[in-house]
Amino acid sequence: MSLDHATIRRIASLARIRVEEHEVENLCQELNGILGWIEQLNDVDVTGVEPLTGAANMAMAMREDIVTDGGYPEKILTNAPERIGDFFAVPKVVE
Amino acid sequence: MSLTDLTIVRARDGLRAKEFSAVDLTMAHLHAIEALNPRLNAFITVSHARAVDRARVADAALAAGEQRALTGIPLAIKDLFCTEGVRTTAGSKILGPFVPPYESTVTANLLRDGAVFLGKANLDEFAMGSSNMTSAYGPVENPWKRKQDETAVLVPGGSSGGSAAAVAARLAMGATGTDTGGSIRQPASFCGLVGVKPTYGRCSRWGVVAFASSLDHPGPFARTVRDSAILLGSMAGHDPRDSTSANVAVPDFEAACARGVKGLRIGVPKEYRSDGMPAEIEALWQQGLDWLRQAGAEVVDVSLPHTKHGLATYYIVAPAEASSNLARYDGVRFGARDGGEDLRDLYERTRAEGFGPEVRRRILIGTYVLSAGYYDAYYLKAQKIRALILKDFTDAFAGVDALLTPTTPSAAFARGENMDDPIKMYLNDLFTVPANLAGVPAASVPVGLDANGLPLGLQVIGKPFDEETVFAVSAALEQAAGFSALPTIRAGG
Repeated sequence: MSLDHATIRRIASLARIRVEEHEVENLCQELNGILGWIEQLNDVDVTGVEPLTGAANMAMAMREDIVTDGGYPEKILTNAPERIGDFFAVPKVVE
Repeated sequence: MSLTDLTIVRARDGLRAKEFSAVDLTMAHLHAIEALNPRLNAFITVSHARAVDRARVADAALAAGEQRALTGIPLAIKDLFCTEGVRTTAGSKILGPFVPPYESTVTANLLRDGAVFLGKANLDEFAMGSSNMTSAYGPVENPWKRKQDETAVLVPGGSSGGSAAAVAARLAMGATGTDTGGSIRQPASFCGLVGVKPTYGRCSRWGVVAFASSLDHPGPFARTVRDSAILLGSMAGHDPRDSTSANVAVPDFEAACARGVKGLRIGVPKEYRSDGMPAEIEALWQQGLDWLRQAGAEVVDVSLPHTKHGLATYYIVAPAEASSNLARYDGVRFGARDGGEDLRDLYERTRAEGFGPEVRRRILIGTYVLSAGYYDAYYLKAQKIRALILKDFTDAFAGVDALLTPTTPSAAFARGENMDDPIKMYLNDLFTVPANLAGVPAASVPVGLDANGLPLGLQVIGKPFDEETVFAVSAALEQAAGFSALPTIRAGG
C-alpha cells in the first residue's frame, strides 16, 4: 500500500493540518518509508488472536453518574486565545 | 563534597541532622542551573522564586520535626506534567502560552511529600523522539563527552532528555519523566542514570499531557537505585481521576532495594541478541548476568518470539493514539492560535504552525492507519500483535522472576547522527518498546562505559506490579558494577 499525493492531502485534511503544495512530495516519501517498514507485520500470523486495546489488565471501575467538578469559568477561560464574556470566541461559523 | 553531589538518601539524612538547610540545598541547585543551563538547555522554565518558597516551607517543617519522604529535595519536572501556575509546554510551540490551572496527580503527590520543584525540564515535542532534537525550545546537550572527541555534542536521548541531563549534570537530585516507548530508560542509559518505567497503572496519567494513552507511563530518574525507589514511592498510587490507574497498594520500594537476588531466576531473552549489536554491549550484558549469578541468582534462557515486531507494532499504535489525543490542539480553548478566515482555516493553520515535523508526521501516520478502509489492516492487526507480545512476557514470566537485557543498541550519539531517516531514530527503542506494549515494569541501570567513555545501561524487566523485584535486581547490579564515572559537564566539576 503506497500513498499518493491525493491521499496525503486527504489525510492532512482529516487531521486538520494545513500542508503546502511544496511539502506534499516530501511527506509522501517519508510516510511511505515508514509504512513500507511497517509492512513487515504482514509476516505475523494473527489468526484467532483477540486484539489487546491496552496494557491495563483490569476491569474498568464504575462510578456514580453525578457532577463532581466545575463552576469556575474564569479558571477554564484563563488560557483561551480569545474570549467574549464567559465564552470561547472563534471565527463566525454560521453566516 | 558539594551539596549538588549528594544522593537523595544522603540529603535526607543531612536535612534531618541539620547539617544544611533545605534553602541551602535548593540554592546550590539553582546556582548550578544558572551556571550550566545556558549551555545544556535542560530546563525550559526555571521556577526560582517558587523553589525558594517551597524550600523555606520545607525548612519550617523540618524545624517542627516533620520530615516526609522528599521534604526539601530539589527535583526537575518534565515539561509534560501540568504544574499549577507554571507554564507547561510539552516541548511544543502550540502549548507555548499554556499555564495550567491545575496540578497533575504525580506532581501533587511529590509536593505532598515535601519536594521542591526547580523548574520544567526540556523534552522532545509531545514526548515524540529519542534525542530531544524535536523540542521547539532547542536541543539538550548530554553532559557526557566522548573522551576521544570532547568537541562532539552528544544527545541526552529522549524524550525525557532534559530530565536526564539535569540529574546527570547535578542540576537536580532527581526528576520525573514519562516513558511511552523508552523515553525514561533510553535517556537514563545515555546519561549514566537509573530510570524506572513502572507497571502501567502504577502512576496516574492525570494531568500529564497525553501522547499515546495506552503506552504512556510516568516514572522517575535518579543517580542511584534507592533514590529512584524513593521517588517512585511518592509518585505512585491509585487515582480515581485516571480510569486506568490501578487500585493496588504501593509497597515499600526502598526496602525492596536491599532484598538481594539470592534464589531469583533471571531470564535472558535470546531475541534481544540482535545482529550488529556492538561487542561491548554484548560483553556488558554477559558481565551483568555473571554479577547476578555471583549474587546467588540463577540465569536461564527464555524466548520472547515476537520481539522483532514490537517496534513496527508500536509505530502503528502510538501514532494512532497520538492523532486522536492531539486533536484537542485546535487553537480554541488553550494554546497558540493562528489564522482565522473561518473555523477550518483556524484549525488547519494553528496546527500547521504549532506542530513540528516529527509530531506532524506521527499525526498523519496515525490518521491514516485509523482511516476508513485501513483500520483493520493496520490498527486492528497491531492490536493483535500487541496481544502476542504480552503473551510472550506472560509465558516467560511463568518460569523466571525478571529479565535482563541491554537498554539500548548503542551509547549516546552525536547531534546529526541518526537524523537523516526517521526509522533510524525509531530503532533506538528496539529493546525498550516491548515493555510499554505489555505494560510490565522495567528499569535501566548504569553499569559501565564504552570505549569512548560513555555510559551504558542494562535493562531489568519485571512482572506486572512487581517493581520490588526490579528494584532488588537493579540494586544488585548497581552494587556489583560500582559505577562511579562522572559526566564532563557537571556542577562543581
